[in-house]
Amino acid sequence: MNEREIELEVLRYDPEVDEKPRFQRYKVPCKSDWVVLDALNHVKAEQDPTLSYRWSCHMAVCGSCGMMVNGEPKLACKAFLRNYTGVIRVEPLAHFPIERDLVTVIDDFMDKLKRVRPYLIPKEEKSLAAGEYRQTPAELKKYKQYTQCINCMLCYAACPEYGLIPKFIGPAAITLAHRYNQDSRDGGREQRQEEIATSEGVWECSFAGACSEVCPEHVDPASALQQVKIESTIDWYRDHLMPWLKK
Amino acid sequence: MSRKPYHREVPKAGWVFDHPRYMRYMAREFTCLFIGGYTLLLVVGIGRLAAGRADYEAFLEALGSPLGIAFHVLALGFAIYHSVTWFNLTPKALPVQIGEDFMPDKVIAGAHYAVWAVLSLGILFLSGAF
Repeated sequence: MNEREIELEVLRYDPEVDEKPRFQRYKVPCKSDWVVLDALNHVKAEQDPTLSYRWSCHMAVCGSCGMMVNGEPKLACKAFLRNYTGVIRVEPLAHFPIERDLVTVIDDFMDKLKRVRPYLIPKEEKSLAAGEYRQTPAELKKYKQYTQCINCMLCYAACPEYGLIPKFIGPAAITLAHRYNQDSRDGGREQRQEEIATSEGVWECSFAGACSEVCPEHVDPASALQQVKIESTIDWYRDHLMPWLKK
Repeated sequence: MSRKPYHREVPKAGWVFDHPRYMRYMAREFTCLFIGGYTLLLVVGIGRLAAGRADYEAFLEALGSPLGIAFHVLALGFAIYHSVTWFNLTPKALPVQIGEDFMPDKVIAGAHYAVWAVLSLGILFLSGAF
């Protein structure tokens, strides 16, 4: 397999020593089928064991290795080196604080994810003996696309709104709320609406669409957010113009 | 070990130039100023009409001036850009599921173009253009 030497420019930040981040360059001999993550692993194994970054599966499933590659949010395991020329700049995901090197602080996202209750809240509790919560193929297809989210946070790094207004609940969390709201077995929409049909929820979104452009799983979070806006608007009109329909 | 996370600042205005996709987004948002401007022009026109024949004719004459025509061409261009970019996004907001499958994006966006054309023809017809 062909080998070529590439040069990485990696953001380094050691909180115990550095006042602010700096860049460090590494030359890496790489094979034609290597991705950015392979090059980082090579650096860590052969050149600089102090380099820190998150990764786990190396197959775009775990969502751990999100980082900025030449300014674009990417999964390092899906960013093929053959698609880049010149020095490749690798930085931690934008809009998140840097813990160390390429590792970001993701507490904000985890808190938001928890707030939207991204799990099935059954309409009616059934005993085990009563059997499964059943669903037709059409009911499954209604939300299936949104189940593909791997919580990689590339959409947060791309979203200009989240960058400017960090209290915005953001694309992935709202999309996952929508995923459960769309599920025919779920009855938790009212609880989730309290979080997402708010000014720091879906109404902070101005449909820049960057989230959907960078999503490595083609989840299309922008579509979920626009649908939540429409449904929330219908709720508002129903509550104010037809209050007798309110439960 | 103590933690000392480093916070990067997002430039309050400069972020638009960070990526072409942000510029495309702001271009779409910016074009609404011309749609708003044209709406104001129509309101002024109604005011002139109410003021009397002479005022209204002076208003029409101003519209026909090189400056008036330049504004119209510019506003039309921006209005088309604004409408096309938004119409192309409609399938995201308005998915239609029939049975198991979703209607293709082209059909949903296309329906918006069709309604646009029909309404435009209707307005031209009412204004006596045909």
